[in-house]
Amino acid sequence: MARGVLVLAEQFEGRFRKVAYEALSEGRRLADALGEPLTGVVLGSGVEAMAAELANYGADKILAGDDPALADYTTDAYGNVLCDIVKDHDPKILLLGASTRGKDLSARLSARLDTGLAMDCIALRIDGNMAVATRPMFGGKVLAEVAIQGMPAVVAIRPNVMEVVAAQKATAVEKVPVNVGAVRTKVLEKKLEAAAKVDLTEADIIVSGGRGMGGPDFSLLEQLAEVLGGTVGASRSAVDEGWRPHSDQVGQTGKVVSPNLYVACGISGAIQHLAGMGSSKYIVAINKDPEAPIFKQADYGIVEDLFKVVPAITAEVKKFMA
Amino acid sequence: MDIVVLLKQVPDTETLIQIAPDNASIKTEDVKWVINPYDEFAVEEALRIKEAQGGGKVTIVTMGPERAVESIRTALAMGADEGLLIDDPAAEGGDALGTAKVLAAAIRGVPCHVIVAGQRAVDDDCYQVPAAVAAFLGIPQVSMVVKEQIQDDKIVCECTMEGGAVVVETELPALFTTQKGINEPRYASLPGIMKAKKKPLARKTLADLGIKPSEAGEAGAKCRVMNLTFPPERSPGKIIHGETPEAKAAELVRLLREEAKVI
Repeated sequence: MARGVLVLAEQFEGRFRKVAYEALSEGRRLADALGEPLTGVVLGSGVEAMAAELANYGADKILAGDDPALADYTTDAYGNVLCDIVKDHDPKILLLGASTRGKDLSARLSARLDTGLAMDCIALRIDGNMAVATRPMFGGKVLAEVAIQGMPAVVAIRPNVMEVVAAQKATAVEKVPVNVGAVRTKVLEKKLEAAAKVDLTEADIIVSGGRGMGGPDFSLLEQLAEVLGGTVGASRSAVDEGWRPHSDQVGQTGKVVSPNLYVACGISGAIQHLAGMGSSKYIVAINKDPEAPIFKQADYGIVEDLFKVVPAITAEVKKFMA
Repeated sequence: MDIVVLLKQVPDTETLIQIAPDNASIKTEDVKWVINPYDEFAVEEALRIKEAQGGGKVTIVTMGPERAVESIRTALAMGADEGLLIDDPAAEGGDALGTAKVLAAAIRGVPCHVIVAGQRAVDDDCYQVPAAVAAFLGIPQVSMVVKEQIQDDKIVCECTMEGGAVVVETELPALFTTQKGINEPRYASLPGIMKAKKKPLARKTLADLGIKPSEAGEAGAKCRVMNLTFPPERSPGKIIHGETPEAKAAELVRLLREEAKVI
């Protein structure tokens, strides 16, 4: 009889992703609604110690799949181990973060377990004995409420949307057997940026530049982002011009972000850009063109030359931070 | 080297989306249908693999209604060799898992070394079909590829993720999904368009694939859309006025601190 909520707390290079805490918190909420236990799972190599942290977010049980064979993520290894854990523990709901790997793994798992998957969800609830999720479609133009069937119902939550809630429990870490099975993929190289940089999908403040930047020099935006503690993004125009890497692109064919503050500089506000940042809590638009569509979406707009006003904003922020 | 491309026809991203009276689907009357943007990258990459390998066949596999033929023909005009359309009303209204079952069944009849798919479809944004197809076929998957190279019976892929990229090597046959940046899709040339009209385009139903209606489409869906709504509209904002850029900047920072409280 399927019971409880199982959350895969994604760790990367020895640290939990922020979405892991969000998934655990949401898992705790659902477990309480069901009156059933919450189990947190950590997979990796040398992760037994960090797994204990899950007790701070309400896990009734903590499972650590700790093995050198899990040092690097591969769909085969993590998929096989997680499948085994799911079969052994028979949860009603399997929750993960919809990070790049979370998307890869949850999609594979849904097919292996022949069960329903709701991907990139922004809300979740229990209706009777069914999990119902809210997820954006058509680039966020509509929200769909979906009912998920199958045991377990698999839900991948959009990063940076759900609340992190601390909930202390005295839970010990249990090591589980790890059988990675036939692994057909090998990691050859990791090309990772400095760990300190916050990914756009996890950022609370984003300063973004578009065609109005006129070239690859985004230093004014970088300076503003630095004083605000934010991350720099870019519109498709800036990326297509070759000014910024694709990994900086916010939009329908780029990243979907949900910061508290999104500052759009020299960005006109095409529908596809909105698809990427429309769920920002507050939007500031700075553009020379008063007709730019972005002003219709912005909470605060400044019609001005960004090269004059952005450094002024940086100076103002520095003043009150001093 | 034989390559299969999973191709989906979707509404153009400029389309004004309207919710249909059943509240669980969109109105399709004024929709402009296009190849899913990520699938264009997939077609292009398949063609490049074929060219790099010095030959082989690129087969486009699509599930959809008759109008999807136009998208398959565009891919054929780009240089793909054959098309296969699975067109069956019983396949409609399903979830990604059901779609993947249908596509996997269709591909079993098409021997191939590599399957290329877009990382997601920009209508449902599920990111699910390619991985599920790979799972059903029992082959490895690699997601979000921006660079790939086939060496003998292996494929080396550079995959983007948060914070950078990872380079992996996977045994063939395998499936990989394309991320923006992998290539610039070619335009179909006029001779290409003419040739495409004569290229084989087969049509199959669920029965041809040995799939029961209960396994696919609405009947087989495990993730069901109950209703569609529009996201809450943002309340109108304000334009900040001021004599100088500095004055506007000061007012903005004040509002962000005191009113929005985000800094």
